[in-house]
Amino acid sequence: MKFRSMPAVLASLALVAMGLLAGCSSSGGKSEIVIGEYGSLTGSDATFGQSTKMGVELALAELTAKQGGKIGGLPVRVVSEDDQGKPEEAANAVQKLLNQDQVVTVIGEVASSRSLAAAPICQQAGVPMVSPSSTNPRVTEVGDYIFRMCFIDPFQGTVMAKFALTNLALKKVAILKDIKSDYSVGLAQFFTDAFRAGGGEIVAEQAYQAGDQDFSSQLTAIKARNPEAIFVPGYYTEVGLIARKARELGLTAPLLGGDGWESEQLLAIGGEALNGSYYSNHFAVDNPDPRLQGFLQKFKAKFGKEPDAIAGLAYDAANVTFACMEKMAAEDAPRFNALSATHAGTPERKAACAKLRDLIAATQGYEGVTGNITLDEHRNATKPAVVLEIKGGKKVYNTTIKP
Amino acid sequence: MSEFLQQLVNGVTWGSVYALIALGYTMVYGILRLINFAHGDIYMLGAFIGLYVSRFIRAGENPSPVKALVVLLASMLLSALVGMVIERFAYKPVRKSPRLSALITAIGVSLLLENGGVLLFGADPRFFPQLIPSRNIPLGLGVVLSNQQLIVLVVSLALMFLLRLFVTYTRTGKAMQAVSHNHTAAALMGISVDRIITLTFMIGSSLAAAAGVLVALQSPKIEPYMGIMPGLKAFVAAVLGGIGNIPGAVVGGLVMGVAEVLVTGYLSPTYRDAIAFVLLIVILLVRPAGIFGKAVAEKV
Amino acid sequence: MKRLLGPLVVLVVLVVLNSGLERVLNPYFFQVLILVGINIILAVSLNLVNGFTGQFSIGHAGFMAAGAYGSAMFSLTVGQRMVNALVAGHVPAAAAEGAALLLALVLGGLLAAVFGYLVGLPSLRLRGDYLAIVTLGFGEIIRVLILNIDVIGGPRGLPGIPKWANFFWVFLVVAVVIAVSRNLAHSTHGRALFAIRDDEIAAEALGVDTTRYKIVAFVIGAFFAGVAGGLFAHYLCYLNPNSFTFLKSIEIIAMVVLGGMGSVSGSVLAAIVLTLSPELLRPVKEYRMVIYALMLIVLMITRPQGLLGTRELSLDRMLRRRRPAETRA
Repeated sequence: MKFRSMPAVLASLALVAMGLLAGCSSSGGKSEIVIGEYGSLTGSDATFGQSTKMGVELALAELTAKQGGKIGGLPVRVVSEDDQGKPEEAANAVQKLLNQDQVVTVIGEVASSRSLAAAPICQQAGVPMVSPSSTNPRVTEVGDYIFRMCFIDPFQGTVMAKFALTNLALKKVAILKDIKSDYSVGLAQFFTDAFRAGGGEIVAEQAYQAGDQDFSSQLTAIKARNPEAIFVPGYYTEVGLIARKARELGLTAPLLGGDGWESEQLLAIGGEALNGSYYSNHFAVDNPDPRLQGFLQKFKAKFGKEPDAIAGLAYDAANVTFACMEKMAAEDAPRFNALSATHAGTPERKAACAKLRDLIAATQGYEGVTGNITLDEHRNATKPAVVLEIKGGKKVYNTTIKP
Repeated sequence: MSEFLQQLVNGVTWGSVYALIALGYTMVYGILRLINFAHGDIYMLGAFIGLYVSRFIRAGENPSPVKALVVLLASMLLSALVGMVIERFAYKPVRKSPRLSALITAIGVSLLLENGGVLLFGADPRFFPQLIPSRNIPLGLGVVLSNQQLIVLVVSLALMFLLRLFVTYTRTGKAMQAVSHNHTAAALMGISVDRIITLTFMIGSSLAAAAGVLVALQSPKIEPYMGIMPGLKAFVAAVLGGIGNIPGAVVGGLVMGVAEVLVTGYLSPTYRDAIAFVLLIVILLVRPAGIFGKAVAEKV
Repeated sequence: MKRLLGPLVVLVVLVVLNSGLERVLNPYFFQVLILVGINIILAVSLNLVNGFTGQFSIGHAGFMAAGAYGSAMFSLTVGQRMVNALVAGHVPAAAAEGAALLLALVLGGLLAAVFGYLVGLPSLRLRGDYLAIVTLGFGEIIRVLILNIDVIGGPRGLPGIPKWANFFWVFLVVAVVIAVSRNLAHSTHGRALFAIRDDEIAAEALGVDTTRYKIVAFVIGAFFAGVAGGLFAHYLCYLNPNSFTFLKSIEIIAMVVLGGMGSVSGSVLAAIVLTLSPELLRPVKEYRMVIYALMLIVLMITRPQGLLGTRELSLDRMLRRRRPAETRA
């Protein structure tokens, strides 16, 4: 076989290698602490990626207002990268953050699929990764550098099942899940298990895809089975429409849901159709807790809209990281200084990141806006879930369910 | 039984939306042999333009059918202009190029509209004001039709009927038919091919925009990526009915809507998108010209 | 012996680069480099179908997905056990993993090829635009299927794939796919494909079995797309249907079209450019997709034949002015 293409192959290889080699200067960075954040700023999940970014930005803005944006004398900088909603791009974004920007912590991502692509990279590099809202249990199983600020699917699904069984005394529930969302599928599964274990019956199980506009066929099929309630563990982007359509078709059963419902858009889209429905969340907006109310007001002032659950979780993720860094600066100043970008690539830095990891893992009873956060031995947040009811077009606190 | 009938009603309503979008596809393809990938995004644009128009005339405060009509017509008009701009700047230069190039251009325009939409409107889904409050009309046998669904159906059919009249009985309409048969011959007959093409785009875009507004009145959530799937499915519907054939697009759209709703309700909702393509493959294997199409022998 | 010299040199270069580059380059650049390699394989394999044979296939991501999931499932079930057994038998880990990877890639590629056959067969009597939509449809159907099959993860994805792909394997396949394409182009098969691209009816009239050749093009293109998918799976170590959407197919088409349909070196160049540009455009990340879209449009309007048209980059041409007939495919 003739190898006429060899010159072309070698040439292109050489070109590529040269081009990249030219750019691989090891950066002796500035004296600052860099934190990385990655999410979908473009793509169909952009609304959640942007929420995450906003939550982190608010935390940084508050740090700037409070202490000039410095921790332990070193300025803090946040670099945000876009992963376009694709797992392979999440891996790229994180690689860039780790190697080009020399970050000491990575915050991200919302979707478990993208967190799962990026987590092994952070684990291998010895840099802590804090996911604000990935709920697939497997994310933190990747390694001991991976943390999450939210409850995992098994917990939240069980919460709503318990609520349905005990507080609402329901026996027959239908499920309408978002097949494209890992979060929704997981939640539905755990709800089903818990509900059945408590003696309940799942009378129908239907699915839709995120982005769908029309749910009439699924709801018609559900209506035929006469459920007492419908569990819709999806995102607010579809839930409002589902509620409307259900009422149009004459389905009066209340809807139940998870924290994916949380957003100011939920009631805007769903309107009256959502009255009488319940969902679990991290915080209740009518909770007079000054910290929560302060967060809600500041967010609205800075971005012009109310935060959704994801923004709140990202805000907490950033603040937990800042708090751990403060602690480290106070207790172990030389180690803390090794976190600076000037020490990029040194073993001191790796040790410093390891220490940071330990501090994050030791988070106990941190009062965040999304609840009282304690990280358990699997590095998942255990905190009580709040169940909200929608009454008269408003979200009203109903009850708290502890883990 | 009532479940089945309800599904049918749902399917026909949804299908009429596909039909509206499919009309634009079929007309543009008939004239230019181009699959206008960006057509689905005009549907999206129509919904957003409708949103801003309704804000401008404060329709949300005192909703009324008249205001809804104003929003609809304004959106149709403005989208027609957008269609004209797209045709002039993106498609006209590639009219003589190989078809794959034109296809790529169309894809580029589609991406531009979607991502431009994200930049302009933000990635958050937006809420379209409920200009026509929803009321249920029982049809008997346990089947309900909402007044919104009825409006979608009626307006779609009215627009399709008007289009048919236009194409069949007016001079310009006949000119459009002529251009779709053969550009050169039409030009020799004194028809300004450029103008007809532009007009076709404008009409197609306005119909897609109408579909967008009608859907938004019914399902008030709109976001920049909402046009992709309906666009593709509408194209399949156009092929189903015979591409280039106007009544065919209508029938294709209705078949598509019913098939999709039945599959979603009785088989599995997760195969909803796939059914469109399965239908496509089946029809292309069995009867490539579509339901109403005529098999045209390719001249060498 | 002389014939083996070329391949041998390439192999040696690859081995050297494999051990060297990983140490010299920072992991971010290295990862981008690997992705460049995978995209080159995808672009060149699509070029076989779109460029050489002139068939509009826009479902290539579906074949990539088939190969990715196929090879991943093999590795997770049989492959891992195979490696363990070999390593226990004192075979060096690199060799054992390489062998397992090779097997996984071939199996993934074959699965993709089967899908390519299934797609090619009914689509053959369709022309141009219809074929495009049907291939798009198949791509979507494959993706929806994956989304619904729980055992391979469904929407939750498939994590934990062993990381066996490295620079050596990726660029070895790059070399192979380029070689296959170039050799195909210069063979009788290739001439048949070009004839079909230029004028299918004339080719049929002249006795070329267009059906057979079109299927062959589809199958080979799909095979390599599947192999690329397998490499992707064994490098990222996690698979999710979101990586194989219509948008991915479009990105691959953009590479083929930018490079010039029918030009192998064009596809290679374009793959490099289009993989690097999102990374280079990071500073303007919110506008990146808009810039990308504009680029596609402007390119099609101003230079639809792409960077290289149907010509190839060749040292021969650059060093000595050869007769044009020699270099035209």
